[in-house]
Amino acid sequence: MILYDNVSKIYNGGSTTVALQNINLSVEPGEFVSIVGHSGAGKSTLIKLLFAEVIPSEGTVFFGSKEVAKLSQQELRALRRNIGTVFQDFRLLPTKNVYENVAFAMEVAGRSDDDIKADVPHVLELVGVIDKMWNFPHQLSGGEQQRVAIARAIVNQPDVLLADEPTGNLDPINTHDVVNILKKINDLGTTVVLTTHNKVVVDSVGRRVVTMDQGRIIRDDKSGKYTL
Amino acid sequence: MSVWLHSKRIARYGLIGFIRNGFVSLSAILMLTITLFVMAGLVMASAALSSTLKQLNDKVDVNVYFSVKASNDDVQGVKLALEALPDVAQVTYVSPDEALALFRSRHGTDQVTMQALDQLGDNPLGASLSIRAKNTSKYQDIANYLESVQTAALGASITKVNFNQNKTAIQRLSDIIETSRRVGYATVIIFMIASVIIAFNTIRLTIYTARDEIGVMNLVGAGKWYVRGPFMIAGVLYGAIAGLFVVVFLYPFSAWTAPGSDRLFAGAFNTLDFYTSHFLLFFFTLMGTGVALGVLSSFLAIRRYLR
Ligand SMILES: Nc1ncnc2c1ncn2[C@@H]1O[C@H](COP(=O)(O)OP(=O)(O)OP(=O)(O)O)[C@@H](O)[C@H]1O
Ligand SMILES: [Mg+2]
Repeated sequence: MILYDNVSKIYNGGSTTVALQNINLSVEPGEFVSIVGHSGAGKSTLIKLLFAEVIPSEGTVFFGSKEVAKLSQQELRALRRNIGTVFQDFRLLPTKNVYENVAFAMEVAGRSDDDIKADVPHVLELVGVIDKMWNFPHQLSGGEQQRVAIARAIVNQPDVLLADEPTGNLDPINTHDVVNILKKINDLGTTVVLTTHNKVVVDSVGRRVVTMDQGRIIRDDKSGKYTL
Repeated sequence: MSVWLHSKRIARYGLIGFIRNGFVSLSAILMLTITLFVMAGLVMASAALSSTLKQLNDKVDVNVYFSVKASNDDVQGVKLALEALPDVAQVTYVSPDEALALFRSRHGTDQVTMQALDQLGDNPLGASLSIRAKNTSKYQDIANYLESVQTAALGASITKVNFNQNKTAIQRLSDIIETSRRVGYATVIIFMIASVIIAFNTIRLTIYTARDEIGVMNLVGAGKWYVRGPFMIAGVLYGAIAGLFVVVFLYPFSAWTAPGSDRLFAGAFNTLDFYTSHFLLFFFTLMGTGVALGVLSSFLAIRRYLR
């Protein structure tokens, strides 16, 4: 479903940074992959390649049978609607309230008003920010913003969920809840790619673990533990 | 998912964005208001200029006087020949009787002249033709033509062509008219371009302030119209509100400048009369220009963020 074929990424901003080096990785439908590694190892870059926020310097990234970097604008937008993404820096819409942020993802996917009215409160309840439904992002704590970002990513029941550090701002109880949500979504058939620093998260997921260091994949364990 | 559903959502977000970004909206409206006001002012000024020019133009003419002995056929012959010239707009025939009546009405209080006239018995005045050219610069050509005709059989009975007397005055006037017309158009064009650029840049700034939001919309896969539609709706609102402001404000403004304009243009132009008699034109032009500026600026400014 997802295939990285000898992918490298070199950033040329300020100083030249080799973020990824000769990455070969494939993810099958229905898998739950945790990507771990030190800060700066290239985890976010790896995720961003999947929806063409970052374009590889070398190699190719396939999503399904399509090469992501070669999609037309329209195809790319359609692909992004079919992927749920939790961004490490949340990326909520600052002038829209919590309800609208989640509803927006449903609207652009062409869902009906009735669906939106029913699903948005449901998913906000699930991640535990239902009482902040009418707040704007700047009126939320970091953890609350993160949970809204998760709600937005899962509300369309995407085929693939990319979660970049989704528990980075959460306390242990909320982290536990989010991990359970991710597992449940995966049980329902969604492919999940998760990046994290958090040993507890990786260990409680207990699925495939890909370990990165300085832009390379140094381990790929079928049912791993956090080993850094 | 229907086009209607999408349009409804886009319009709603356009309105919401317009209200929530109150400060940004306010500055865009302010800039567009100034732009439209400058435009309306320029339209007024150029209308004032051209109506003054027209009035001056109407005052310029060439008069051809015929001798008392000239027959009606002689005069009509010259009139026909003049009317055949491409530069001539109008030729007015003044009969000897009309000339006399005009003379009497002008000099009716002058006892001496009136007595002299009565003693003459016969009408001492001949017929005349008053010629209006299509353009002030053409009077010289018409005068030249008349002079050449004077020596020919056709114009044998012409006694006087009065353009010669006013020659320099008319020439200078036509030069001034031409120059001011050219300077006027150039000024209008430069000001229009400048104000359109300023308005465009203001709207570009409003979109620049929303660039992060636009980026997020792109990343969650919003269609292009989902991203730019609301900004274009906001552009419509900026333009329409600014247009309305100017339409309303022009009324007290033109009333305030009306006495001054009357004095300045010697009754040829009154701002309030002009505004009220052209109100619908002003209304639709200002609203239309405002909306077009708002929408088009938003559309162009957002393009670079839509890749
Ligand atoms: N836009 C960019 N321009 C230049 N360098 C970048 C850019 N984005 C990332 N980098 C660099 O690429 C490397 C990998 O960054 P990346 O964000 O993928 O790391 P990460 O594994 O997600 O780290 P973290 O755990 O801190 O989120 C880093 O050294 C970073 O400085
Ligand atoms: Mg990262």
